[in-house]
Amino acid sequence: MKLELREVTKKFGDFTANDKISITVEEGQIHALLGENGAGKSTLMNVLYGLYQPDGGEILLDGKPVAFAGPGDAMAAGIGMVHQHFMLIPVFTVAENVVMGHEPTGPFGIIDVPKAREIVREISERFGFEVDPDAYVETLPVGVQQRVEIIKALSRQAKVLILDEPTAVLTPQETDELMQIMRQLKSQGTSIVFITHKLREVQEVADTITVIRRGKVVGEAAPTATQEELASMMVGRAVEMEVEKSPAKEGDVALSVGGLSLVERSGRALLEDISFDVRAGEILAVAGVQGNGQTELAETLMGLRRATAGSIRLDGQELADKNVHEIIDFGVGYIPEDRSKDGAIEEFSIAENLVLNQTRGEFSKHGSLRMGLIQKHSKELVEAYDIRTGSSNAELDTLSGGNQQKVVVARELSRNLKLLLAAQPTRGVDVGSIEFIHQQIVAERDKGTPVVIISTELDEVKALADRIAVMYRGRFVGIVPADTSREDLGLMMAGIMPGEKEAANE
Amino acid sequence: MSETTATEKRSWRETWQKIAMGSALTSVLAVVAALIVGAILIAAADDQVQKTAGYFFARPTDFLWAVCSKVGSAYAALFQGAVINFGAASISEAFAPLMDTLSMSVPLIFAGLGLGMGFRAGLFNIGGQGQIIFGAIICGYIGFAVPMPPVLHMIVCVLGAFIGGALWGFIPGALKAWTGANEVIVTIMLNYIASYFLAFLLTLDAFQVPDSNVPVSPLIQSTARFPSFFGTRVDLGFVLAIAAAVGVWYLMERTTLGFSIRAVGLNPDAARTAGMSVPGSTIWVMVIAGGLAGLAATSQLLSSASATLTAGIASTFGVDAITVALLGRSKPLGTVLAGLLFGGLRAGGYLMQVLTDTPIDVILVLQSVIVLLIAAPPLVRAIFRLPDPERRKKKREKKALKAREAVA
Repeated sequence: MKLELREVTKKFGDFTANDKISITVEEGQIHALLGENGAGKSTLMNVLYGLYQPDGGEILLDGKPVAFAGPGDAMAAGIGMVHQHFMLIPVFTVAENVVMGHEPTGPFGIIDVPKAREIVREISERFGFEVDPDAYVETLPVGVQQRVEIIKALSRQAKVLILDEPTAVLTPQETDELMQIMRQLKSQGTSIVFITHKLREVQEVADTITVIRRGKVVGEAAPTATQEELASMMVGRAVEMEVEKSPAKEGDVALSVGGLSLVERSGRALLEDISFDVRAGEILAVAGVQGNGQTELAETLMGLRRATAGSIRLDGQELADKNVHEIIDFGVGYIPEDRSKDGAIEEFSIAENLVLNQTRGEFSKHGSLRMGLIQKHSKELVEAYDIRTGSSNAELDTLSGGNQQKVVVARELSRNLKLLLAAQPTRGVDVGSIEFIHQQIVAERDKGTPVVIISTELDEVKALADRIAVMYRGRFVGIVPADTSREDLGLMMAGIMPGEKEAANE
Repeated sequence: MSETTATEKRSWRETWQKIAMGSALTSVLAVVAALIVGAILIAAADDQVQKTAGYFFARPTDFLWAVCSKVGSAYAALFQGAVINFGAASISEAFAPLMDTLSMSVPLIFAGLGLGMGFRAGLFNIGGQGQIIFGAIICGYIGFAVPMPPVLHMIVCVLGAFIGGALWGFIPGALKAWTGANEVIVTIMLNYIASYFLAFLLTLDAFQVPDSNVPVSPLIQSTARFPSFFGTRVDLGFVLAIAAAVGVWYLMERTTLGFSIRAVGLNPDAARTAGMSVPGSTIWVMVIAGGLAGLAATSQLLSSASATLTAGIASTFGVDAITVALLGRSKPLGTVLAGLLFGGLRAGGYLMQVLTDTPIDVILVLQSVIVLLIAAPPLVRAIFRLPDPERRKKKREKKALKAREAVA
């Protein structure tokens, strides 16, 4: 089925989220929609899926104009969508999830489970998925859950499949498998709209690339375009993919972690015997697939979780038995991985967020806040960190994601640090802000501060690290030099030391 | 030139949006809507209105006249009983109703401030009633049983009221902080415990008038009484209530403790990550909120020459204070204004009943309608056809973003 969008326009008030966007997805084609966060990709797909009504333009399927009042209409017309956040019920089986909403029923409206199972099995076989219809969704890995979503869409005779940021939650291996599935679907005639901001994936799998910026189509590109070309189309200017940084001028060992373990009450080990040193003026990047203990490592270092065993020594001071506020006040800067949950308070003003963890120190006197100083501080930081806002007294949630993250970064870097711990410092941040934040982190290193970066983005790890540690199942697989190849790092993320593999093969 | 006009226009619009979208307007509109509902009830319950409705189609003016005169006179009486009596002989008499209102608002303001603090900290403290009762027990006992020199006695009684309420707030605060117990359930249960504990105390000889079996304490000694102003019903209690409002404002907006309390209320995870103690904040809020509610007891015990500790000492202040705090948007100034309104309704309600034979239950209906509308802002917006603030806000954000991008 051929899908055509003609001059689709969607406005929110006087803000134009989609400005006369025209796209043609040919039958059996993978069409990548590339753009930064907030460029209008998701809005466009929500229009296509019937969640939003367009203010102008039309949608054509096989040359015939269609109008969708809701997702039901879109599904009936053969459009399926796999959302970034899965719409699955964890305690239901795969078969139950797939037929949900369209249950095959027997007498008295009883759900025909064998029929549901048959549907799953039939689609799995047709496309070469390996999915057990009777498995409970909560027991499945994320990659398989995504396949369940795809099966769900296909079971409703989807001819056009929209995948919204499908690789955000996947491991590199699962991403490869997804690419394989996409090619398989394509060969059977399904059209795919692939929404992403990851350049490499686009190059690997797309037939046509449409780049969207600020609600407009800025151009089409062939998969042969280089990453730099695509990136510059996305952001409107050439972006340095690498961070400019001089070799590290390393000092003495500043942070020394030894035998750090964290065991849950149930006996499950979240961190197992982690040991590493970080020198002053050095960036150690902790790489690994999400969910291998990185979050727990950061929280344990910050005192948010109490280590079961081991020591954390910073400048000769033991931190493992300290409270969060003692660790912060000692001089540990922390950029949490989830900004809106842990890093900032959206209803607080920018000025308040900029002193959120520092009201115990210079910003108060006899228990009262020093309002003048807080204002001055925020004006300086808004200026220095290029935080785009009308007023430092505006609420944080009036800022874009990148600017919100800059507030957190500014707060942490604006004081004298003995250690900087940054988890996913650029998650959900636009390319321009990523560059800026990376530069700030490198600048902090160059001041002689030891830095620990925790990131699941290999590009970020490669760009920032002086040394790379790879985590797998709560352990450090190894600590390797920054110039280690992506292939070797990929193996380590699966828990295999490159040398060991060869040894095992012999 | 064009730039300045554009800026002016924008700032004017933003101001208007703030007024229109801000919750303060919702509060005011809720009150207006409640008065309209009240008017309908007052009219419907009136004999004359019912009679004229019988021949409405023959002479509709009779009916309309009856409605207008009834509602008009009822609300006029309410106003007269709450604010100013134009028929009075002297100025002090004319303003006596206003003084009544101020004095009646005192316990509502105290307790409302306490509950509002809890709401802002993310704690739904329903325990105002129990906290007032405990404040009353300690304040009252010191007041009637412990002889002391004049001013000192009053100060000790006030402190006692605070400590009593604080103690009754500490229990749910500590249970929540240390065991995660749900504060709604715990505070509701503690209300019953406090209420029956007071009833039990009043059966003891130590809490009764000697040689009496009535569950009423001896009179509070005159040494503990608040000095009143110019012989009116307004006394030091009202000044303390206003001072408490200022104090709460300063605490919440200008101190590190208030900063932590607000942070914990809005986002406990971020507060914890910033090194703030969530359990600590919870306990502090409940202690201070409880203490403030406890102070509400002082207006019952230290304001009148004939005050005694009785089982009904807390009246329904603990419950009414929830409405006051909600109507006041949990902010000190709002709470004071809401407290004055409710004090006025209480004060004026009596006169309205006496003069116009309007059931005083109408006041209860007014209060309930206000709660209903406050709890459902979309309903108020629908009634008054206001735009949705969330949507406006998003739009404004997007516009700001666009403007910024255009600059950059």
